[in-house]
Amino acid sequence: MNTPELQPQTSAMSMYRAIVGIGAMCALVIVVVFQSTAARIRDNQERFLAAAISEVLPVTEETIAVDVGENGQLEKTSASLPLPVFLAYGSNGDLVGAVLTAEGMGYQDNIRVLYAYSFEKQAIVGFKILDSKETPGLGDRVEIEPHFIANFEALDARLNSSGDALNNAIVTVKQGEKTDPWQIDGITGATITSEALGNILNDSANGWLPILERDAISIDREATP
Amino acid sequence: MASKEVTSTDEFVKGLWRDNPVFVQVLGMCPALAVSNTAMNALAMGLATTFVLLMSGLSVSLLRGFIPREARIVCYICIIATFVTSVDYLIMALSLELHRALGAFIALIVVNCLILGRAEAFASKNKPGRALLDGLGMGVGFTVALLFIGVVREILGSGSIFGFAVFPDSFQTWTVMVLPSGGFFAMALWLLIVNRIKKKEAETEKAEATA
Amino acid sequence: MNDASHWSIFLNAALVNNFVLAYFLGICPFFGVSSKLETAVRMGGAVSFVMLVASVCAFLINLLLDAVNAPFLRIISYILVISSTVQLVEMLMKKLSPTTFRAMGIYLPLITTNCAILGLALFQTNRGYSFTQSVVYSLGAGIGFALALVLMAGVREKLELNEVPDLVKGTVAALVVAGILSMGFMGFAGLGR
Repeated sequence: MNTPELQPQTSAMSMYRAIVGIGAMCALVIVVVFQSTAARIRDNQERFLAAAISEVLPVTEETIAVDVGENGQLEKTSASLPLPVFLAYGSNGDLVGAVLTAEGMGYQDNIRVLYAYSFEKQAIVGFKILDSKETPGLGDRVEIEPHFIANFEALDARLNSSGDALNNAIVTVKQGEKTDPWQIDGITGATITSEALGNILNDSANGWLPILERDAISIDREATP
Repeated sequence: MASKEVTSTDEFVKGLWRDNPVFVQVLGMCPALAVSNTAMNALAMGLATTFVLLMSGLSVSLLRGFIPREARIVCYICIIATFVTSVDYLIMALSLELHRALGAFIALIVVNCLILGRAEAFASKNKPGRALLDGLGMGVGFTVALLFIGVVREILGSGSIFGFAVFPDSFQTWTVMVLPSGGFFAMALWLLIVNRIKKKEAETEKAEATA
Repeated sequence: MNDASHWSIFLNAALVNNFVLAYFLGICPFFGVSSKLETAVRMGGAVSFVMLVASVCAFLINLLLDAVNAPFLRIISYILVISSTVQLVEMLMKKLSPTTFRAMGIYLPLITTNCAILGLALFQTNRGYSFTQSVVYSLGAGIGFALALVLMAGVREKLELNEVPDLVKGTVAALVVAGILSMGFMGFAGLGR
């Protein structure tokens, strides 16, 4: 209004041109980077997962990802789920167990764990924390304390007689008070974290194990999901 | 020619000390405090930020005739976000563990005021070569500052440096240093030291001026 | 996707994992406008409001991005859409309610590039929150931010009246106070379960 001659306005045309031009360039750069790194990233993720799985269930030779389908049956899946579940097969092709991811609230933030279930022993036989932000020196002792890790050599996870829930709920007890094989011996000074882990395992096992016990043996490994 | 040489080195050096982004301008504090709990994380974050600073500075400088004044901020943000996304994927391709440790803070490089500030104040007014030098200087200054904070926090908080133990096992670690509050304390410590040196410098300059 | 209860999400965002004191998000305004209680309250209100708007926007964009399968556009579209929405809200506020605008409108442009806003959007996406969970999360984060800001301003107002050595005055003192506040907030851990 006041001094149009002194302050030449940039024309709308050149603004559009600049914004569209830069937008297009940015999109090009992003897509090129995404495409060129995609294979590497997938490879990394697979390696990471394979390493973690062989840590919790060392006999594993091959795994397939499974999920509950629409009819409530277990089926092979190729989708990447937030909390994937795998069936693990040994060197001679036998079903040796299942590896499950579970997540729940810890003391500070979400804790994400990977654990292995053995069909033969009907017990949780391996355990690893994937992600946690627990207090260093206190809560994060669940990752290094030998007596706590020993809980998961064979943590009883038998189903009840009707096969729809755990026979004994997995609970964390005070350090040194473990009497039954389904109890987790806690850590003094990391009470809340060790209790939280008990809850996470119990919830996940209660939901998944009945389905796995029922359907895992009959799953077709070669099926295309 | 010789005088131009001096000034271009000056573009680089000013970010290291005189205008250090973290300790003097107090910019980009979020990543400086959040991911400096170990020296390695601090280094990675610093390098990622340097990369974004360099690339966005170069692009903004190259396109400075093309970007109209009224739409500049949108264009800058767009360019910065592009390179941040690229860095995010590059780090994921490089090492998943590192990506996990840095978490969402890589994406948050977008809102690091340091980068938008350099694009606006320097790169948009200078030739690409100069903009690169400025970006490099600021980036290295930022990385060094982060590393300083990270080293203090890791030595005191975990008793190690880059993962190698420096204290005997009997050393009682100061857990507080790896917790969030330790970030504030380590930063305060370094700022105090920098303030002290700056003050000394100013005093000697004054004394020289009067003499 | 995520079955955390609303109450625990709220407590977590507001107290346990306070955006400023545990995640270091939004540190710039935290130190910049925390010297007076009055401004701190207004800034806190403005940030809470923008967080709510941003959270809703981010949820909708994420639906769209998932639909077209383009996760690599997330950062760029979040920041562009959030900043333009905030500008739109600013204009609307100016027109419809000049009093509210005078009270907190001047802070809005400052907040657009505040990392707490983008951080909120990214965290809610990473955790796979549903719509209501996202809204609760943003409310908690906003209130937590305002709380940290107000507490800090209270301490700094008192600090003004005391004799502080020259070297420590300003940012260094503020950092130490923030560190102690952050330690205090650690006491809330374990609440949001």
